[in-house]
Amino acid sequence: MSFINLREKVVQVKVVYYGPGRCGKTTNLEFINRTYRKQIHSEMVSLKTHGDRTLFFDFLPFDMGKIKGYDIKIQLYTVPGQVKYNATRKLVLRGVDGIVFVADAMEKQREKNIRSLNQLHENLQSYKESIFKIPLVMQYNKFDLTEHGIPVLPLSVLEKDLNSRLQVPYFKASAITGYNVAATLKKIISSTVISIQKKLL
Amino acid sequence: MNYGIVSQEQLEQIDVVLSEKLIKLGVDCVIIIDMAGNIITVKDNRENKYDVYSFAALAAGNFATVDAMAKLVGEQEFSLLFHKGQDSNIHFSKIDDDLLLISMFGKEISLGFLRLNVVEVIDQIRKIWDKK
Repeated sequence: MSFINLREKVVQVKVVYYGPGRCGKTTNLEFINRTYRKQIHSEMVSLKTHGDRTLFFDFLPFDMGKIKGYDIKIQLYTVPGQVKYNATRKLVLRGVDGIVFVADAMEKQREKNIRSLNQLHENLQSYKESIFKIPLVMQYNKFDLTEHGIPVLPLSVLEKDLNSRLQVPYFKASAITGYNVAATLKKIISSTVISIQKKLL
Repeated sequence: MNYGIVSQEQLEQIDVVLSEKLIKLGVDCVIIIDMAGNIITVKDNRENKYDVYSFAALAAGNFATVDAMAKLVGEQEFSLLFHKGQDSNIHFSKIDDDLLLISMFGKEISLGFLRLNVVEVIDQIRKIWDKK
């Protein structure tokens, strides 16, 4: 649920990066945090285990500027990717306005992507949201690995596996080098803001 | 998806309640957030400045976690959520299913006294909120 403050003219929007373990959700946020320092007024919050895995979530507030006089504050979250943390993943999804599904393009992760997407579908249902209605962007991450000789799934397979029914915008990306990280972010922000505007009119 | 829109009038009334009942009492900072981690309003004594956006995200997560734990042991909810530090303390209170009131206060206020006032504040906020 985005929150709109009419007195201070602020709209708070919640965007969640979702995906299987080690697919690069936190890396996306870290890149955004480094690249857009000027628009970020606080430190990135990361709740992680000793082994540097996300335990609960990462949080990064991001100022997008004004639309029709309203300050748009985007709150970026990640979920913990590990299978065992579904209870906490669900908590982070509460009140979500837009989702980036980060898929791991490595060949051996094919099944994990599908399972994670199915679970996202179930988790959204528990909040009476639909994966087919909520603003969603697909990011096929780790495409830089082809340069290192690591087998990566072709785009057509990823699209067939994950996006054949959803038909949402998608990007080939590399969170570690920053390739298409900003493009993904811009796309999800615009889809989410448009969807909020529509709901309000 | 439902959207939380609060009128200027409601916010002003809520702010008055928070100032009169909690800030004047000596509470350092009061924040009302929703369970998604959005900030509804903040009132402070102008001495302590916190990063309230990060705070709200963490507080919503913290509260949701404790709530989930309560359900696991067969409780409806744990109604008292309180963190005690050397110089400052944090008290969480549920206003309704969507809203949470967080008070940060120092050692000069007793927890019991704060809780008494929080109960009154919540009662008044519910009345204002229901007019929506």
